[in-house]
Amino acid sequence: MNKGSKVAIGIAALSFLLVGCGKATSSTSSKSSSSEALSGKVTAVGSTALQPLAAKAGANFQAKNSKVNLTVQGGGSGTGLSQVQAGAVSIGNSDIFAEEKEGIKADKLTDHKVAVVGMAPVVNKDTGIKNLKMAQLKQIFTGKITNWKEVGGKNQKIVIINRAQGSGTRATFENAVLKGATAVKSQEQDSNGAVQKIVSSTPGAVSYLAFSYFTSKLQAVSINNVTPTDNNVENNKWQIWSYEHMYTKGTPDKATAAFLKYMDSKTVQNSLVKDMGYISIHDMKVTKDAKGTVTQN
Amino acid sequence: MEQTNFQLKNQKTQSNDWSARLHHATRATREDWMGKGISYLCIGVIILVVASMLWFITSKGIATFTQNHVSLVKFLTGTNWAPDQGQIGALPMIVGSFAVTFAAAIVATPFAVGTAIFMTEISPNRGRKLLQPVIELLVGIPSVVYGFIGLAVVVPFMRHLVGGSGFGIISATFVLFVMVLPTITSMTVDSLRAVPRHFKEASLALGATRWQTVSRVILRSATPGILTAVIFGMARAFGEALAVQMVIGNAAIMPKNLISPASTLTSQLTTGIGDTIDGTLPNNALWSLALILLLMSLFFNALVRVIAKRGQLKHER
Repeated sequence: MNKGSKVAIGIAALSFLLVGCGKATSSTSSKSSSSEALSGKVTAVGSTALQPLAAKAGANFQAKNSKVNLTVQGGGSGTGLSQVQAGAVSIGNSDIFAEEKEGIKADKLTDHKVAVVGMAPVVNKDTGIKNLKMAQLKQIFTGKITNWKEVGGKNQKIVIINRAQGSGTRATFENAVLKGATAVKSQEQDSNGAVQKIVSSTPGAVSYLAFSYFTSKLQAVSINNVTPTDNNVENNKWQIWSYEHMYTKGTPDKATAAFLKYMDSKTVQNSLVKDMGYISIHDMKVTKDAKGTVTQN
Repeated sequence: MEQTNFQLKNQKTQSNDWSARLHHATRATREDWMGKGISYLCIGVIILVVASMLWFITSKGIATFTQNHVSLVKFLTGTNWAPDQGQIGALPMIVGSFAVTFAAAIVATPFAVGTAIFMTEISPNRGRKLLQPVIELLVGIPSVVYGFIGLAVVVPFMRHLVGGSGFGIISATFVLFVMVLPTITSMTVDSLRAVPRHFKEASLALGATRWQTVSRVILRSATPGILTAVIFGMARAFGEALAVQMVIGNAAIMPKNLISPASTLTSQLTTGIGDTIDGTLPNNALWSLALILLLMSLFFNALVRVIAKRGQLKHER
């Protein structure tokens, strides 16, 4: 008998022992909590802005419910909404209301708001800009102002960096700032990460980012002297923000429902959501509907 | 006892042997059939996959024109790309794709041919030991890495050199130049090696110098092969998405010069596809872009075939 086969037999014996142990422990645990034994497959697909939070929360949820097979994927809000509408996934993650997306039958979907994300204009540090008026910001993104000196900055050409057409972040920004006007054609990047990198390295660059992507290498801009902070979002003094939605179709199965309940729980909302740079929906003092109308809670 | 039984059986089979051999397939024949079956099956599966892909992309791509009733002429000549507002003029992307492809091929070809001549004619030994591994390495580097280098090195360099934001056709050309170089070089090397030895010997015997031999005999007779290499390089450049997307700036506007942001068919596809809904105009429009890409790569393949055929005729003459 050679060395290899001896080792193989050893491993086989060991695994038998381990399997035995595993069975023993699982049978005892199922006795103690048989009523809560959730099982099933949950797939959440969509928004890349929500993805980090959903993935982290999903991992924590799975640690407690080992029989649930939970997967979180990106792909974009459009993908999330169309996949959940087609019934291909259990949860569709989206940055925007289903009503805002052409081709989605919003009345067939159920909205679960799990977090709030604030967004703010960001500029390259060289521009010397720290505050802008809302009207100026609109003029910049519609191409009426093309040099930073016109708004009190350096004599430097403005380089606009947009997100891709159809992106949730862009839709939120344009709803709040352009209010129906058409943005000037410019560079388009497909992720927050790319925008962050390009704005911090390109002189004269301006774009917009979710709060969690701010770094010391770029300047977040105040609007009408309101600073982009969580507190200002919560009372709607800062108006560029959106919900992170988890959409389901029809009645969600038990595992999906439990995960959605977990997302809304204090464990997630008070720690995980804040730790990862989102704003808890429990802290919001206002409510926004799909048409953008804001009401006090 | 057993042994005699066995012998008896053996005799029996031997008496039937000839008819059996003549009427039944041997093991070798059956293996032959099986081999044939397996290869036909594999071919069948591949044909099915290719055919269904062609069908899928085509049916999705023409939906823009059949379901959304956008006119084909407007799609191909329009310059306003705003699918969310129902405007789908794809000309900026078509122009962008062709611009980066041709520019990269024009820049890369002299370098590739020069390298190939060095590797086959000037210093075959060092060529094989030093340059071959370098070229193979360049092929193996994933395109996202090229894109990263482009974003971190080429874009700032261009910004300092020519001004602007640094994103644009010229940065994309630089990145694609490095990406298509190995393709063009290695295929050119193959075609130079395929030039018959007696061509070279006859030229040298007539008193031609090495440069005269290389430029007038070897390059001339390898021209079809080199053209094929360039077209393969262009096909790669045309289809490259990630690396280009990272450095070209993705602005769906008609490129006015080489240093302003532009976009290509592939870069629009990768940025847009996640944010569109199946069956709506923005989504169908992206499929139409994919259809253009597919048709272009078919065109490149057809071109390679035509050139190869013409080249063969020349050699025979």
